[in-house]
Amino acid sequence: MTETGTAHWSEDVFREMKRRRIETVCTVPDGGLTRLLNMVKADPAMRLITLSTEEEAMGIVSGQWLGGKRAMIAMQSSGVGNCINAIGLPSILKAPCLMLITMRGQWGEFNPWQVQMGQAVRPALEAVGVKCFPVDKAAEVGETFVGAADLAFNGGFACAVLISQRVIGAKGFGQE
Amino acid sequence: MTRKPAVKAEAREGGAKGSNKIQRRPFVAELLSRRNGTLVIPGLGSPTWDCSAAGDSPEYLYSWGGMGLAVPTALGLALAQPSRRVLALTGDGEMLMGIGSLGVVAELAPQNLAILVLDNEHFGETGRQTGLTQGRTDLCKIAEGFGVRQTRLVTEHNEVADLAKLLFEIPGPTFAVAKIALSEDPWCLPEKDGAAIARRFQIAIGVAKS
Repeated sequence: MTETGTAHWSEDVFREMKRRRIETVCTVPDGGLTRLLNMVKADPAMRLITLSTEEEAMGIVSGQWLGGKRAMIAMQSSGVGNCINAIGLPSILKAPCLMLITMRGQWGEFNPWQVQMGQAVRPALEAVGVKCFPVDKAAEVGETFVGAADLAFNGGFACAVLISQRVIGAKGFGQE
Repeated sequence: MTRKPAVKAEAREGGAKGSNKIQRRPFVAELLSRRNGTLVIPGLGSPTWDCSAAGDSPEYLYSWGGMGLAVPTALGLALAQPSRRVLALTGDGEMLMGIGSLGVVAELAPQNLAILVLDNEHFGETGRQTGLTQGRTDLCKIAEGFGVRQTRLVTEHNEVADLAKLLFEIPGPTFAVAKIALSEDPWCLPEKDGAAIARRFQIAIGVAKS
């Protein structure tokens, strides 16, 4: 059973990460992930790895799985485009590849430069075989994460939780 | 108006362009014979064929794709298995495609991780087009710039014993570039089923049961 409705979806996700022995989180950060990434960083039993580009995570999670450990990536939707070819590695090895993605370029986006990639995230991921789990209610992020994580780690699949900009809130650039 | 002559890259330590002497196959074979249980993550293409030609081992994670991921994969493995030495064995083009990962390596600084770039200054698998390392790009300086403190440029086959110490013994992360000749070597293709390669690897290191 998954409890939902804590003060913030990040707490639901963090609790389920701990339950599933996910010890390493790779990231190129996003504003919407700040709270979760801070929780990971503050936990002495976890490791936060800051990347230069998101595709590095595809190698790191594969290597972690080869060595018997569980890792995942948390990133902004724009990073998905950087990962496309690299997703082939965990997929061909049958290594679990769990992605937590905060969306840009959709709900109320201020910055038009984000829209092309943001709108392409799901079709692009599905084109390379990633199972997508979109979620647009904060209270459902935790259980959606559980569904994606269990599919990934039990079956060796690439799974992506797509957290809507509706949950995160559109970045206003001081113009609102 | 006279045109200025094209600026030539300065001669590097180890000789002029196109003068690489090391023959990759015997060099890699001799190096791997000294690996002493080190797990090897070869990059796609030639480094994978080199490992296969040196004698098959379940401790080699052969690669047929995912350019740029040899170092990140080796890093993930090294962090997961701190008691095992891990070598990323790749080429110059593959290293450059994942070059930012050297910053991640330097930051996390796993003592059990080593990286060797077999640098023939060309894209050997795709028609031998010239690569950036034939020009001004200096991989050892890049690695140092990212904060990898122990680097070595190897230009002679007889440096293999010292190189083996750097890659397999000295606390890492360590980084080396071996300037290898552009050679034509016979194909030596290993298993290409990724899940089979990974499973065999996991069984060999005790992560999965046979």
